[in-house]
Amino acid sequence: MEGSHAVAEAAKLCRPEVVSAYPITPQTHIVERLAEMVADGELDAEYLCVDSELSALSVCLGSSAAGSRVYSATSSQGLMLMAEVVFNVAGMRQPIIMSIANRALGAPLSIWNDQQDSLSLRDSGWFQLYGEDVQEMTDQHFIAYKAAERHDVLLPGFVCFDGFILSHTYEPVDIPTQEEIDAYLPPYVPYNKLDAKSPLSMGMYATPDYYMEFRYETDLAMQRAGNAISEVGKEFGEMFGRDYSMHTESYRMDDADVAFVALGSICGTVKDAIDEMRADGIKAGLVKIRTYRPFPAKEIAHALAGVPKVAVLEKNISLGTSMKGIVGLEVKDALTGTGIDVYSYVVGLGGRDIRKKDIRAIAALAEKGEGNMFYGLRTELL
Amino acid sequence: MALRIGAAAAPGRAPDNKTGSWRVFMPIVDMEKCTHCGTCTLACPETAVSDEDGEIRFDLDYCKGCGVCANECPAKAIKMILEEN
Repeated sequence: MEGSHAVAEAAKLCRPEVVSAYPITPQTHIVERLAEMVADGELDAEYLCVDSELSALSVCLGSSAAGSRVYSATSSQGLMLMAEVVFNVAGMRQPIIMSIANRALGAPLSIWNDQQDSLSLRDSGWFQLYGEDVQEMTDQHFIAYKAAERHDVLLPGFVCFDGFILSHTYEPVDIPTQEEIDAYLPPYVPYNKLDAKSPLSMGMYATPDYYMEFRYETDLAMQRAGNAISEVGKEFGEMFGRDYSMHTESYRMDDADVAFVALGSICGTVKDAIDEMRADGIKAGLVKIRTYRPFPAKEIAHALAGVPKVAVLEKNISLGTSMKGIVGLEVKDALTGTGIDVYSYVVGLGGRDIRKKDIRAIAALAEKGEGNMFYGLRTELL
Repeated sequence: MALRIGAAAAPGRAPDNKTGSWRVFMPIVDMEKCTHCGTCTLACPETAVSDEDGEIRFDLDYCKGCGVCANECPAKAIKMILEEN
Protein backbone atom coordinates (compact mmCIF):
# COMPACT_ATOMS: atom_id res chain seq x y z
CA MET A 1 0.00 0.00 0.00
CA GLU A 2 1.19 3.56 -0.69
CA GLY A 3 2.37 5.37 2.44
CA SER A 4 -0.16 8.18 2.00
CA HIS A 5 -3.01 5.72 1.62
CA ALA A 6 -1.89 3.83 4.72
CA VAL A 7 -1.99 7.13 6.63
CA ALA A 8 -5.48 7.84 5.25
CA GLU A 9 -6.59 4.36 6.38
CA ALA A 10 -5.11 4.99 9.83
CA ALA A 11 -6.87 8.36 10.07
CA LYS A 12 -10.15 6.74 9.03
CA LEU A 13 -9.81 3.98 11.61
CA CYS A 14 -9.42 6.65 14.32
CA ARG A 15 -12.97 7.82 13.43
CA PRO A 16 -12.35 11.56 13.11
CA GLU A 17 -15.59 13.52 13.16
CA VAL A 18 -14.08 16.46 11.28
CA VAL A 19 -11.34 16.51 8.65
CA SER A 20 -10.16 19.78 7.19
CA ALA A 21 -7.06 20.17 5.08
CA TYR A 22 -5.72 21.93 2.03
CA PRO A 23 -3.86 19.86 -0.54
CA ILE A 24 -0.11 20.37 -0.83
CA THR A 25 2.60 18.18 -2.31
CA PRO A 26 3.58 15.63 -0.95
CA GLN A 27 0.63 15.37 1.45
CA THR A 28 -1.99 15.42 -1.31
CA HIS A 29 -2.72 11.70 -1.62
CA ILE A 30 -3.67 11.50 2.05
CA VAL A 31 -6.41 14.11 1.88
CA GLU A 32 -7.57 13.03 -1.58
CA ARG A 33 -8.10 9.54 -0.22
CA LEU A 34 -9.93 10.81 2.87
CA ALA A 35 -12.18 12.97 0.68
CA GLU A 36 -13.02 9.86 -1.36
CA MET A 37 -13.77 7.90 1.79
CA VAL A 38 -16.19 10.58 2.98
CA ALA A 39 -17.79 10.89 -0.47
CA ASP A 40 -18.19 7.12 -0.72
CA GLY A 41 -19.71 6.87 2.73
CA GLU A 42 -16.82 4.80 4.12
CA LEU A 43 -15.98 7.49 6.66
CA ASP A 44 -18.70 9.30 8.59
CA ALA A 45 -17.00 12.67 9.01
CA GLU A 46 -17.45 16.28 8.01
CA TYR A 47 -14.85 16.96 5.32
CA LEU A 48 -14.45 20.72 5.07
CA CYS A 49 -12.85 22.13 1.94
CA VAL A 50 -11.25 25.47 2.69
CA ASP A 51 -9.31 28.19 0.93
CA SER A 52 -5.94 27.75 2.64
CA GLU A 53 -4.04 25.93 5.35
CA LEU A 54 -4.66 28.82 7.73
CA SER A 55 -8.39 28.20 7.31
CA ALA A 56 -7.94 24.43 7.51
CA LEU A 57 -6.31 24.46 10.92
CA SER A 58 -8.69 27.19 12.10
CA VAL A 59 -11.63 24.94 11.18
CA CYS A 60 -9.91 22.10 13.00
CA LEU A 61 -9.39 24.23 16.10
CA GLY A 62 -13.03 25.31 16.23
CA SER A 63 -14.25 21.77 15.60
CA SER A 64 -12.00 20.36 18.29
CA ALA A 65 -13.14 23.06 20.72
CA ALA A 66 -16.72 21.97 19.96
CA GLY A 67 -15.77 18.48 21.16
CA SER A 68 -14.97 16.58 17.96
CA ARG A 69 -12.05 14.31 17.19
CA VAL A 70 -10.25 16.15 14.39
CA TYR A 71 -7.67 15.25 11.77
CA SER A 72 -5.60 17.26 9.32
CA ALA A 73 -2.48 16.84 7.23
CA THR A 74 -0.04 19.23 5.60
CA SER A 75 3.54 19.83 4.48
CA SER A 76 6.12 22.58 4.27
CA GLN A 77 4.64 25.95 3.21
CA GLY A 78 1.23 24.76 4.31
CA LEU A 79 2.48 24.20 7.84
CA MET A 80 4.12 27.62 7.83
CA LEU A 81 0.84 29.23 6.77
CA MET A 82 -0.84 27.42 9.67
CA ALA A 83 1.81 28.49 12.16
CA GLU A 84 -0.24 31.15 13.91
CA VAL A 85 -2.99 28.63 14.62
CA VAL A 86 -0.49 25.86 15.45
CA PHE A 87 0.55 27.69 18.63
CA ASN A 88 -3.07 28.53 19.50
CA VAL A 89 -4.17 24.90 19.22
CA ALA A 90 -1.53 23.93 21.77
CA GLY A 91 -2.36 26.86 24.08
CA MET A 92 -6.05 25.96 23.95
CA ARG A 93 -5.02 22.37 24.66
CA GLN A 94 -6.95 20.79 21.78
CA PRO A 95 -5.75 17.25 20.98
CA ILE A 96 -5.76 17.56 17.18
CA ILE A 97 -3.56 15.10 15.28
CA MET A 98 -1.96 16.26 12.06
CA SER A 99 0.17 14.28 9.66
CA ILE A 100 3.21 16.08 8.30
CA ALA A 101 4.66 14.77 5.04
CA ASN A 102 8.02 16.44 5.61
CA ARG A 103 9.19 18.76 2.84
CA ALA A 104 11.79 21.49 2.50
CA LEU A 105 10.88 25.16 2.96
CA GLY A 106 11.26 27.86 0.34
CA ALA A 107 12.99 29.82 -0.94
CA PRO A 108 14.24 28.37 -3.20
CA LEU A 109 11.07 26.46 -3.91
CA SER A 110 11.46 22.75 -3.30
CA ILE A 111 8.82 20.05 -3.17
CA TRP A 112 11.37 17.47 -2.00
CA ASN A 113 12.06 16.10 1.41
CA ASP A 114 13.85 17.40 4.43
CA GLN A 115 12.55 17.98 7.96
CA GLN A 116 12.86 21.74 8.28
CA ASP A 117 9.08 22.26 8.35
CA SER A 118 8.08 20.32 11.45
CA LEU A 119 11.39 20.85 13.28
CA SER A 120 10.95 24.61 12.91
CA LEU A 121 7.78 24.29 15.01
CA ARG A 122 9.46 22.29 17.76
CA ASP A 123 8.53 24.89 20.39
CA SER A 124 4.87 25.17 19.40
CA GLY A 125 3.52 22.79 22.06
CA TRP A 126 2.63 19.92 19.70
CA PHE A 127 4.30 16.62 20.44
CA GLN A 128 6.18 15.25 17.44
CA LEU A 129 6.55 11.62 16.37
CA TYR A 130 8.73 10.56 13.42
CA GLY A 131 8.22 7.33 11.49
CA GLU A 132 10.99 5.33 9.82
CA ASP A 133 8.80 3.27 7.52
CA VAL A 134 5.17 3.09 6.42
CA GLN A 135 4.20 0.63 9.14
CA GLU A 136 5.66 2.75 11.90
CA MET A 137 4.11 6.02 10.68
CA THR A 138 0.75 4.29 10.31
CA ASP A 139 0.87 2.92 13.85
CA GLN A 140 1.95 6.29 15.23
CA HIS A 141 -1.43 7.80 14.29
CA PHE A 142 -3.30 5.47 16.66
CA ILE A 143 -0.77 6.10 19.41
CA ALA A 144 -0.89 9.86 18.84
CA TYR A 145 -4.65 10.14 19.28
CA LYS A 146 -4.66 7.97 22.37
CA ALA A 147 -1.86 9.94 24.04
CA ALA A 148 -3.12 13.38 22.97
CA GLU A 149 -6.65 12.88 24.28
CA ARG A 150 -5.63 11.76 27.75
CA HIS A 151 -6.82 14.36 30.21
CA ASP A 152 -3.40 14.50 31.82
CA VAL A 153 -1.99 15.53 28.39
CA LEU A 154 -4.53 17.39 26.18
CA LEU A 155 -1.96 18.45 23.63
CA PRO A 156 -1.98 18.23 19.85
CA GLY A 157 0.55 16.16 17.94
CA PHE A 158 2.33 15.90 14.61
CA VAL A 159 2.95 12.51 13.07
CA CYS A 160 5.88 13.23 10.75
CA PHE A 161 7.23 11.14 7.89
CA ASP A 162 9.51 11.97 5.01
CA GLY A 163 7.71 13.35 1.98
CA PHE A 164 7.89 11.13 -1.13
CA ILE A 165 10.40 8.76 0.51
CA LEU A 166 7.61 7.45 2.74
CA SER A 167 4.45 9.21 1.57
CA HIS A 168 4.76 7.87 -1.98
CA THR A 169 6.43 4.51 -1.29
CA TYR A 170 4.56 1.23 -1.55
CA GLU A 171 5.29 -1.15 1.31
CA PRO A 172 3.44 -4.06 2.87
CA VAL A 173 1.50 -2.64 5.82
CA ASP A 174 -0.49 -4.38 8.51
CA ILE A 175 -3.63 -2.25 8.85
CA PRO A 176 -5.63 -3.13 11.98
CA THR A 177 -9.34 -3.75 11.69
CA GLN A 178 -11.92 -1.21 12.81
CA GLU A 179 -12.90 -3.49 15.71
CA GLU A 180 -9.29 -3.66 16.87
CA ILE A 181 -8.84 0.11 16.74
CA ASP A 182 -12.20 0.68 18.44
CA ALA A 183 -10.94 -1.55 21.25
CA TYR A 184 -7.65 0.37 21.43
CA LEU A 185 -8.90 3.93 20.95
CA PRO A 186 -12.13 4.76 22.77
CA PRO A 187 -14.31 7.70 21.64
CA TYR A 188 -12.93 11.14 22.44
CA VAL A 189 -14.09 12.62 25.73
CA PRO A 190 -13.43 16.38 25.66
CA TYR A 191 -12.26 18.07 28.83
CA ASN A 192 -13.96 21.36 27.90
CA LYS A 193 -16.17 21.98 24.93
CA LEU A 194 -18.07 24.80 23.33
CA ASP A 195 -21.73 24.36 24.15
CA ALA A 196 -24.40 27.07 23.79
CA LYS A 197 -26.15 25.73 26.91
CA SER A 198 -23.03 26.20 28.99
CA PRO A 199 -21.11 29.04 27.37
CA LEU A 200 -17.33 29.08 27.47
CA SER A 201 -14.55 30.97 25.74
CA MET A 202 -11.16 29.38 25.08
CA GLY A 203 -7.74 30.89 24.68
CA MET A 204 -8.70 33.94 26.70
CA TYR A 205 -6.64 37.03 27.21
CA ALA A 206 -4.01 36.67 29.91
CA THR A 207 -2.30 39.71 31.38
CA PRO A 208 1.34 39.54 32.49
CA ASP A 209 -0.03 38.37 35.85
CA TYR A 210 -1.24 35.08 34.30
CA TYR A 211 0.51 34.34 30.98
CA MET A 212 3.65 32.68 32.32
CA GLU A 213 1.68 30.21 34.42
CA PHE A 214 -0.24 29.05 31.35
CA ARG A 215 3.04 28.40 29.53
CA TYR A 216 4.37 26.56 32.60
CA GLU A 217 1.27 24.35 32.70
CA THR A 218 1.63 23.58 28.98
CA ASP A 219 5.26 22.58 29.52
CA LEU A 220 4.20 20.24 32.35
CA ALA A 221 1.59 18.72 30.04
CA MET A 222 4.32 18.17 27.43
CA GLN A 223 6.45 16.37 30.01
CA ARG A 224 3.45 14.16 30.84
CA ALA A 225 2.92 13.53 27.12
CA GLY A 226 6.23 11.65 27.14
CA ASN A 227 4.93 9.18 29.73
CA ALA A 228 1.58 8.96 27.95
CA ILE A 229 3.16 8.15 24.56
CA SER A 230 5.28 5.49 26.22
CA GLU A 231 2.31 3.93 28.03
CA VAL A 232 -0.05 3.88 25.05
CA GLY A 233 2.83 2.68 22.86
CA LYS A 234 3.32 -0.27 25.21
CA GLU A 235 -0.40 -0.98 25.15
CA PHE A 236 -0.31 -0.88 21.34
CA GLY A 237 2.47 -3.45 21.41
CA GLU A 238 0.47 -5.74 23.67
CA MET A 239 -2.51 -5.60 21.30
CA PHE A 240 -0.78 -5.53 17.91
CA GLY A 241 2.69 -6.98 18.50
CA ARG A 242 4.61 -3.82 17.58
CA ASP A 243 5.91 -2.18 20.73
CA TYR A 244 6.34 1.60 20.90
CA SER A 245 7.03 1.99 24.60
CA MET A 246 10.43 3.56 23.86
CA HIS A 247 10.89 7.03 22.39
CA THR A 248 14.07 5.83 20.74
CA GLU A 249 15.25 2.65 19.08
CA SER A 250 18.82 1.47 19.44
CA TYR A 251 20.39 -0.51 16.60
CA ARG A 252 23.65 -2.41 17.15
CA MET A 253 24.70 -0.01 19.89
CA ASP A 254 26.61 -2.61 21.93
CA ASP A 255 30.30 -1.60 22.15
CA ALA A 256 29.76 1.07 19.44
CA ASP A 257 32.69 3.48 18.88
CA VAL A 258 30.56 5.83 16.80
CA ALA A 259 26.83 6.27 17.10
CA PHE A 260 24.49 7.92 14.64
CA VAL A 261 21.40 9.77 15.79
CA ALA A 262 18.66 10.40 13.24
CA LEU A 263 14.92 10.75 12.68
CA GLY A 264 12.76 9.20 9.98
CA SER A 265 13.41 7.22 6.84
CA ILE A 266 17.17 7.81 6.76
CA CYS A 267 17.41 5.34 9.65
CA GLY A 268 16.82 2.46 7.22
CA THR A 269 19.83 3.50 5.13
CA VAL A 270 21.89 3.99 8.28
CA LYS A 271 21.06 0.48 9.54
CA ASP A 272 22.20 -1.03 6.24
CA ALA A 273 25.38 1.05 6.33
CA ILE A 274 26.00 -0.05 9.93
CA ASP A 275 25.69 -3.71 8.92
CA GLU A 276 28.33 -3.16 6.23
CA MET A 277 30.60 -1.22 8.59
CA ARG A 278 30.28 -3.89 11.29
CA ALA A 279 31.19 -6.53 8.70
CA ASP A 280 34.32 -4.47 7.98
CA GLY A 281 35.15 -4.18 11.68
CA ILE A 282 33.91 -0.62 12.20
CA LYS A 283 31.87 -0.54 15.37
CA ALA A 284 28.97 1.74 14.48
CA GLY A 285 25.45 1.94 15.88
CA LEU A 286 22.28 4.00 15.62
CA VAL A 287 19.92 5.66 18.05
CA LYS A 288 16.75 6.46 16.16
CA ILE A 289 14.56 9.17 17.66
CA ARG A 290 10.91 8.32 17.34
CA THR A 291 9.54 10.95 19.76
CA TYR A 292 11.25 14.27 19.15
CA ARG A 293 8.88 16.35 21.32
CA PRO A 294 8.89 15.96 24.22
CA PHE A 295 12.62 15.44 23.74
CA PRO A 296 13.60 12.11 25.34
CA ALA A 297 16.86 13.42 26.79
CA LYS A 298 17.24 10.77 29.51
CA GLU A 299 16.56 7.90 27.14
CA ILE A 300 19.06 9.32 24.65
CA ALA A 301 21.71 9.84 27.32
CA HIS A 302 21.22 6.25 28.46
CA ALA A 303 21.38 4.87 24.91
CA LEU A 304 24.55 6.83 24.11
CA ALA A 305 26.34 6.28 27.44
CA GLY A 306 29.97 5.35 26.90
CA VAL A 307 30.02 5.99 23.14
CA PRO A 308 33.01 8.25 22.36
CA LYS A 309 31.66 9.91 19.19
CA VAL A 310 28.10 10.78 18.22
CA ALA A 311 27.16 11.85 14.68
CA VAL A 312 23.73 13.49 14.37
CA LEU A 313 22.31 13.38 10.86
CA GLU A 314 20.30 16.53 10.29
CA LYS A 315 17.76 17.02 7.53
CA ASN A 316 17.47 20.58 8.74
CA ILE A 317 19.64 23.58 9.44
CA SER A 318 19.51 26.00 12.33
CA LEU A 319 20.96 28.91 10.41
CA GLY A 320 23.60 30.87 12.25
CA THR A 321 24.39 28.36 14.99
CA SER A 322 27.78 26.77 15.47
CA MET A 323 26.51 23.19 15.39
CA LYS A 324 24.23 23.90 12.42
CA GLY A 325 21.74 21.14 13.25
CA ILE A 326 18.63 21.49 15.39
CA VAL A 327 18.70 17.94 16.75
CA GLY A 328 22.43 17.94 17.51
CA LEU A 329 22.04 20.89 19.85
CA GLU A 330 19.52 18.94 21.88
CA VAL A 331 21.49 15.70 21.83
CA LYS A 332 24.53 17.63 23.04
CA ASP A 333 22.41 19.16 25.80
CA ALA A 334 21.23 15.67 26.81
CA LEU A 335 24.89 14.56 27.05
CA THR A 336 26.17 17.59 28.98
CA GLY A 337 28.92 16.58 31.39
CA THR A 338 29.53 13.14 29.85
CA GLY A 339 32.51 14.18 27.73
CA ILE A 340 30.95 12.54 24.66
CA ASP A 341 31.73 14.39 21.43
CA VAL A 342 28.58 15.28 19.49
CA TYR A 343 28.72 16.49 15.90
CA SER A 344 25.96 17.58 13.54
CA TYR A 345 26.05 16.80 9.82
CA VAL A 346 23.59 18.68 7.63
CA VAL A 347 22.56 16.22 4.92
CA GLY A 348 19.85 15.65 2.38
CA LEU A 349 18.36 19.15 2.33
CA GLY A 350 15.74 19.70 -0.35
CA GLY A 351 15.64 16.01 -1.22
CA ARG A 352 19.30 15.29 -1.93
CA ASP A 353 19.91 11.55 -1.70
CA ILE A 354 21.84 10.17 1.26
CA ARG A 355 23.60 6.95 0.36
CA LYS A 356 25.24 4.23 2.42
CA LYS A 357 28.67 5.48 1.35
CA ASP A 358 27.76 8.91 2.71
CA ILE A 359 26.92 7.37 6.08
CA ARG A 360 30.29 5.59 6.09
CA ALA A 361 32.09 8.80 5.19
CA ILE A 362 30.32 10.63 8.03
CA ALA A 363 31.36 7.91 10.49
CA ALA A 364 34.96 8.47 9.39
CA LEU A 365 34.62 12.25 9.86
CA ALA A 366 33.20 11.75 13.35
CA GLU A 367 36.07 9.41 14.27
CA LYS A 368 38.49 12.16 13.20
CA GLY A 369 36.56 14.77 15.21
CA GLU A 370 35.39 16.71 12.18
CA GLY A 371 31.76 17.81 12.26
CA ASN A 372 29.19 20.57 12.69
CA MET A 373 29.20 20.99 8.95
CA PHE A 374 27.31 20.46 5.73
CA TYR A 375 28.06 17.09 4.22
CA GLY A 376 27.80 16.46 0.49
CA LEU A 377 28.00 20.01 -0.83
CA ARG A 378 28.62 20.29 -4.58
CA THR A 379 31.70 22.47 -4.24
CA GLU A 380 31.82 23.04 -8.01
CA LEU A 381 28.71 25.22 -7.62
CA LEU A 382 30.14 27.40 -4.88
CA MET B 1 -8.43 33.26 39.72
CA ALA B 2 -7.36 29.64 39.21
CA LEU B 3 -5.91 28.70 35.83
CA ARG B 4 -8.18 26.61 33.62
CA ILE B 5 -6.82 24.25 30.99
CA GLY B 6 -6.73 25.91 27.58
CA ALA B 7 -7.29 29.38 29.09
CA ALA B 8 -11.02 28.59 29.06
CA ALA B 9 -13.40 30.95 30.82
CA ALA B 10 -17.14 31.21 31.41
CA PRO B 11 -18.87 34.42 30.25
CA GLY B 12 -18.43 37.54 32.32
CA ARG B 13 -14.93 36.78 33.58
CA ALA B 14 -13.15 39.67 31.86
CA PRO B 15 -13.17 41.68 35.14
CA ASP B 16 -10.77 39.05 36.53
CA ASN B 17 -8.08 40.75 34.48
CA LYS B 18 -7.48 43.88 36.51
CA THR B 19 -5.70 46.41 34.36
CA GLY B 20 -5.05 49.14 36.94
CA SER B 21 -1.42 48.09 37.22
CA TRP B 22 -0.78 49.37 33.69
CA ARG B 23 -1.30 52.96 34.93
CA VAL B 24 1.48 55.53 35.18
CA PHE B 25 -0.67 58.66 35.61
CA MET B 26 -3.85 58.70 37.68
CA PRO B 27 -6.82 61.05 37.39
CA ILE B 28 -7.82 63.42 40.16
CA VAL B 29 -10.89 65.63 40.05
CA ASP B 30 -11.41 69.15 41.38
CA MET B 31 -15.04 69.04 42.62
CA GLU B 32 -15.10 72.83 42.77
CA LYS B 33 -14.88 72.90 38.95
CA CYS B 34 -16.93 69.75 38.16
CA THR B 35 -20.37 70.45 36.66
CA HIS B 36 -21.50 66.79 36.72
CA CYS B 37 -22.01 66.92 32.98
CA GLY B 38 -21.13 63.19 32.76
CA THR B 39 -18.70 63.53 29.83
CA CYS B 40 -15.92 61.70 31.71
CA THR B 41 -18.20 58.73 32.49
CA LEU B 42 -19.06 58.39 28.80
CA ALA B 43 -15.57 59.01 27.47
CA CYS B 44 -13.77 56.46 29.65
CA PRO B 45 -12.93 53.43 27.46
CA GLU B 46 -12.93 51.18 30.55
CA THR B 47 -16.18 52.58 32.04
CA ALA B 48 -14.08 53.13 35.13
CA VAL B 49 -15.48 56.58 35.94
CA SER B 50 -18.76 56.98 37.77
CA ASP B 51 -20.74 60.00 38.97
CA GLU B 52 -22.89 58.89 41.87
CA ASP B 53 -24.18 60.72 44.94
CA GLY B 54 -22.45 63.90 43.81
CA GLU B 55 -19.00 62.25 43.72
CA ILE B 56 -16.80 61.46 40.71
CA ARG B 57 -15.12 58.10 41.38
CA PHE B 58 -12.37 56.40 39.42
CA ASP B 59 -12.20 52.61 39.65
CA LEU B 60 -8.45 52.24 40.02
CA ASP B 61 -8.61 48.44 39.56
CA TYR B 62 -9.32 49.09 35.87
CA CYS B 63 -8.28 52.70 35.12
CA LYS B 64 -5.26 52.40 32.80
CA GLY B 65 -4.40 56.10 33.19
CA CYS B 66 -5.05 56.94 29.55
CA GLY B 67 -6.19 60.48 30.38
CA VAL B 68 -9.16 60.59 27.99
CA CYS B 69 -11.39 61.80 30.86
CA ALA B 70 -9.06 64.72 31.59
CA ASN B 71 -8.79 65.58 27.92
CA GLU B 72 -12.53 65.53 27.34
CA CYS B 73 -13.63 67.35 30.52
CA PRO B 74 -15.22 70.66 29.33
CA ALA B 75 -14.65 72.25 32.76
CA LYS B 76 -10.97 71.17 32.92
CA ALA B 77 -11.78 69.66 36.32
CA ILE B 78 -9.71 66.47 35.86
CA LYS B 79 -5.91 66.38 36.05
CA MET B 80 -3.55 63.46 35.49
CA ILE B 81 -0.86 63.20 38.13
CA LEU B 82 2.14 60.90 38.28
CA GLU B 83 1.27 57.99 40.52
CA GLU B 84 4.17 57.17 42.79
CA ASN B 85 4.19 53.96 44.79
